[in-house]
Amino acid sequence: MIATWPCSLADGATSDELLVTIGEGDKASLLVIPPLFAEHNLMRRQMVLVMRALANHGIVSHLPDLPGWNESLAPLRLQTLDGWRSVIAQAAEQFGTTHVFAVRSGALLCPPQSQGWLYAPQSGAKLLRAMIRAQGISNREAGIEETSEHMAERGRAEGITLAGWEIGAPLFGELEAAEPLQSDGLTEIAQNGVGSPGLWLRAEPGENAEQAERIAALIAKAIDS
Amino acid sequence: MSTQPAHTDEHEAANEADTYIAAVDSELKSIIADVLGLDTDDVAQFTPETGLFGHLPELDSMAVAGLLTEMEDRFDFIIEDDDVDGEMLETYGGLLEFAQTKLSEG
Repeated sequence: MIATWPCSLADGATSDELLVTIGEGDKASLLVIPPLFAEHNLMRRQMVLVMRALANHGIVSHLPDLPGWNESLAPLRLQTLDGWRSVIAQAAEQFGTTHVFAVRSGALLCPPQSQGWLYAPQSGAKLLRAMIRAQGISNREAGIEETSEHMAERGRAEGITLAGWEIGAPLFGELEAAEPLQSDGLTEIAQNGVGSPGLWLRAEPGENAEQAERIAALIAKAIDS
Repeated sequence: MSTQPAHTDEHEAANEADTYIAAVDSELKSIIADVLGLDTDDVAQFTPETGLFGHLPELDSMAVAGLLTEMEDRFDFIIEDDDVDGEMLETYGGLLEFAQTKLSEG
């Protein structure tokens, strides 16, 4: 089911964002926290496949959009990691989710004391490094020379557009220091336990039913036990 | 024969070096297959002369960024801006030599 959910912003306004919910039942309900930026687009189909596979195990899951993401009308350059974290915490409360399933850099947004799974979590510093590198390569092709170090300085001082994503200075600074949440209630799912290579590595969005089924089975088994 | 043990040591050291080079070769091929979505059997056929950037349609500039980042993660070294040049990405042999040099520095 595709709906919208009202999400309260830091300035007191409310923004209606997209929400995908799949499954029925009251066994468990999962908040899917997608990765940021390009990997969100690359992984979206696969996340929905995992959600469908979870539904077959009787588990409900919700995939919310946040301000600045996907179809959101809120400008990305004004978003902060703190703002997103508070919106994710709101989502968990509104939907009454029992667990989180955070994908890649989605692990940076987990509410404290979360229970659930971090799938191939990535730190903010690594995420930025990859985006700066991609920007550097496309700069060089366009005949522009700017070192990675200089791009990082610019990001910290005034914000920067990396590979098409407008990152404001506060968000850039927050990402440099952000690590996936560590908590006793969180279990890491490493890609080598899922089978074939991670789909975020590819240039185009893909899907892999076998990987989705493995992830769902692993989660369902833990919830049932 | 007093030279016999020395000879065996040398032989073993050479074997170890060969095993190490083969391990780096196989990991690099696996990274290329993973990042570019190529068939592992096809990548296994790569020789030092196999052309990469400008030869493989899958390897565009974004894929280069992904490839270098994945190499950093899996080999646990850092690739600086200055390390990246045309020669290193032109052939599989160039990339393999780059990885081996980086690993020996670390």
